Amino acid sequence: MTDIRAHLDALPGVDPRAPLLEVRDLHVEFRTRDGVARAVNGVDLRLNPGETLAVLGESGCGKSVTAQAIMGILDTPPGHVTRGEVRYRGVDLLRLPEADRRKVRANRIAMVFQDALSALNPVYTVGFQLAEQFRMHRGMSRKDAKQRAVELLDQVRIPDARRRVDDYPHQFSGGMRQRVMIAMALALDPEVLIADEPTTALDVTVQAQIMNLLAELQQQRGMGLMLITHDMGVVATVADRIAVMYAGKVVEEAPVHDIYARPAHAYTQALLESIPRLDLKGRPLNVIRGLPPALTDIPSGCAFHPRCTYAREICRLEPPPAYRIAPQRIASCHFVREVLGV
Amino acid sequence: MSDVVLETRDLVKHFPISKGVVLKTQVGAVRAVDGVNLQLRRGETLGIVGESGCGKSTLAKLLVGLEKPTRGEIQVRGDDLTRLTGTALRRARRNIQMVMQDPYTSLNPRMTVGDIIGEPFDIHPDAVPGYGKARAVRDLLDIVGLNPDHINRYPHQFSGGQRQRIGIARALALRPEIIVCDEPVSALDVSIQGQVINLLESLQRELGLSYVFIAHDLSVVRHISDRVAVMYLGKIVETGNDVAIYDQPTHPYTQALLSAVPVPDPRLRGHRDQIMLEGDVPSPADPPSGCRFRTRCWKAQPHCADQEPRLELRQRSSHPSACHYAEPRITTRHY
Ligand SMILES: Nc1ncnc2c1ncn2[C@@H]1O[C@H](COP(=O)(O)OP(=O)(O)OP(=O)(O)O)[C@@H](O)[C@H]1O
Ligand SMILES: Nc1ncnc2c1ncn2[C@@H]1O[C@H](COP(=O)(O)OP(=O)(O)OP(=O)(O)O)[C@@H](O)[C@H]1O
Ligand code: SF4
Ligand SMILES: [Mg+2]
Ligand SMILES: [Mg+2]
Repeated sequence: MTDIRAHLDALPGVDPRAPLLEVRDLHVEFRTRDGVARAVNGVDLRLNPGETLAVLGESGCGKSVTAQAIMGILDTPPGHVTRGEVRYRGVDLLRLPEADRRKVRANRIAMVFQDALSALNPVYTVGFQLAEQFRMHRGMSRKDAKQRAVELLDQVRIPDARRRVDDYPHQFSGGMRQRVMIAMALALDPEVLIADEPTTALDVTVQAQIMNLLAELQQQRGMGLMLITHDMGVVATVADRIAVMYAGKVVEEAPVHDIYARPAHAYTQALLESIPRLDLKGRPLNVIRGLPPALTDIPSGCAFHPRCTYAREICRLEPPPAYRIAPQRIASCHFVREVLGV
Repeated sequence: MSDVVLETRDLVKHFPISKGVVLKTQVGAVRAVDGVNLQLRRGETLGIVGESGCGKSTLAKLLVGLEKPTRGEIQVRGDDLTRLTGTALRRARRNIQMVMQDPYTSLNPRMTVGDIIGEPFDIHPDAVPGYGKARAVRDLLDIVGLNPDHINRYPHQFSGGQRQRIGIARALALRPEIIVCDEPVSALDVSIQGQVINLLESLQRELGLSYVFIAHDLSVVRHISDRVAVMYLGKIVETGNDVAIYDQPTHPYTQALLSAVPVPDPRLRGHRDQIMLEGDVPSPADPPSGCRFRTRCWKAQPHCADQEPRLELRQRSSHPSACHYAEPRITTRHY
C-alpha cells in the first residue's frame, strides 16, 4: 500500500501546493449521426482536501460527462476529450502514461454512481466485489481481503456486516446498495470522491442517512468530495462551494452562503427563484421561459441568452468573460452587476 | 356533503404472491393499499405523499379503474364504481382521468400527438363534441399551451415538459371533473416543473377541476394542495390541510419525513433538528402488527404492537392522525 502512495507521490510534476483536483478548460464532444454534441465546453473546477464542491445544474448540462472525463470512463467513441486538463496534485492525468494514469485513478480518485444496482455486478456477492479490489490493488490474501470487506461494510453501517458480506446486490434495499457502493468507492482510501447524484433514486429519509454518512466519512478521512446534483436542497445542506453549470460550462462558482444569499449569474438567480416557496402558495411559480438548448446547436454569445430576462444585444454576440467578483466568486454574465443589484 | 366528488371507503388492494409454475398456490399477498378512506371535494387538490412503495400509484390506478380493488368502495358523485357495469361504468369512469409520471414512456411513440389526445374519443364516441374530433383535439392542444399545428408530430419531437402537457391534454379530453396526477412533474427539471404546475393550477381554476396530486417532492405538494394525506405501507397515517400537515404534524412518520427534506437555505444548516429514521421500510407483504410504523418509530411503546391506531382526531391532534401518541413536535420550521 505504501509503495503505491510513494510511487504516486514521485510522479513527475507532482506539486504539493497544487489543488487536490483541478479541471481546466475541459472540452468533451460526442460525435454522433445527428451531429457533434458539445457536452462540455470549457469547464474549470477546483477541489481541495476536506472540501465539498457541489456541481449543480439541470438535466443534460454536462455534469456526468465532466465526471466521466475526470475518471477516464468516458464512452469513447462517440465521446472525445478535445481540449483541457485534469490535474491531480498538479499532474495532468490526460497526459500521463496509461499505466500511471490508471494507478492514480484506481487508488486516489473514486466515484459513486446514481444507480447502484447497475454499477454492481449481479452475479457476485458484494463481499467478493469488495475483496477483489484489495486483492487486485493491494495484493492481499483472500482471507485478509474478506476481513477488510466486512470492516468496510461495517463502516458504512450495514447491520450484521459479517453475514451480509455473502449476499448478492439484489438482496439489499436501494439505500443499502448505495451504502455498498460507497464502501466500494472508499475501499482504496481515495483522496477524491466524486458522487454523481448518489441519492437521487432514494427516498428522502434514506437520502438523509446517506448524505450524513458521506459527510461523516469525508470528515474522518479529509477527502475532497465533488457532489453532482440538481437538488438545491441537498446543496444547501452539505456543500462548501458550488459550481453552477449551464450548457456545458460553469457559469458561476461561489461559496454556498454567498450564492443562496445573492446569486451573481442570471441563470443561478432564475434557478433559485423557481423553487416553490411558502409565500408563492396560491400564486404561479416562477419559471424559466423556454428550454435548455440542444447541445448540437448551442446559442451564440451567452448560451443562456434566449431564456434570460436580463439579456441584451451583447449577450447574443459575445460570450461573457468570467468575472471575478470576490476572491472566491466567479460569474460569467455580462450583467453581473444588475443581477447582484449593485 | 354534496360537494364531495370522490370518496373511497376502506379501499384495499392486495397483490397475491404465488408459488409454483403449473399449480399456483397463493402463499401471501403484497398489501399495497390496505384500507384507505379519502374524500375529494369539488375544485380541491388533495396531495398524497409517502415514500417509494407505500402504495400511491396503486391507489391512483384503483381510482381510475386501472386496477380492480380487492375490497372497498370508490364513490364518484354518489355512484360506487366497484358495483357499476357496462355503459353506466364507462360513463362514470369518464369523469375521472389520469396523468402519468413519466413523460418519456407513457406516450405511445408510434402515435401522433393528435391520435394520442384523440384516443379517449375513440373509446367513448358519444363524448365527441358536435364540431368533431379534429377540432376538439386542436382546442385541447391550445388549452395546454401547445401549438395546434403540431397535431401530426410524434412524442419524440417534444421536450419532457411538452410531453407532460400532451398527457394533460389527453386527460382533459373527456371533460372529467377529477384528474388523478401520479408524479406529474417528478421527471422534469425545476425550471420546467413550474410551467406544468402553473398550467394545472390555471386549468383547475378555469374548469373547476378536482385533483388528486401524488408526488414525492414535499414542497411541490405543499404549493399545489389544499389538503394533504401522508401514506405509509398502504395506509394513510395523517391527513389535514396543508398548514396542519406541514406546520403542525402530529404523526411521528410525518414529522420524520418533513425533517429529512433538505431545505434550500444554507443558513438553516445545523439549526434544524432532524429525526434520523433507522433502517428501511418493512415489506408490504409482511407489515408489522399494530402500528405499521412502530419498527422505525422512536416513540413506540408495547401498546403499538398490539393495537392498530386508527386515523382519527386525537386529544393532541386537531386533524386526523393514526398514532396512539399523536402530538405536535416543537421544531424549527421546515419551510
Ligand atoms: N454516450 C453518449 N453518447 C452521446 N451523447 C451523450 C453520451 N453521454 C452523454 N451524452 C450527451 O451529453 C450531454 C450531457 O450529458 P450528461 O450526462 O453529462 O448530463 P447531466 O448534466 O449529467 O444530466 P442529468 O442531470 O440528466 O444526469 C447530454 O446532452 C447527453 O445527451
Ligand atoms: N402489479 C403488481 N403486482 C405485485 N405487486 C405490486 C404490483 N404493483 C405494485 N406492487 C407492489 O405494491 C406496493 C406499492 O406499489 P406502488 O407502485 O403503489 O408504490 P408507490 O407508492 O407508487 O411507489 P413509488 O413512489 O416508488 O412510485 C409495492 O410493494 C409494489 O412492489
Ligand atoms: S450574459 Fe446576458 S444572457 Fe447571459 S446570463 Fe448574463 S444577462 Fe443573461
Ligand atoms: Mg448525470
Ligand atoms: Mg408510484
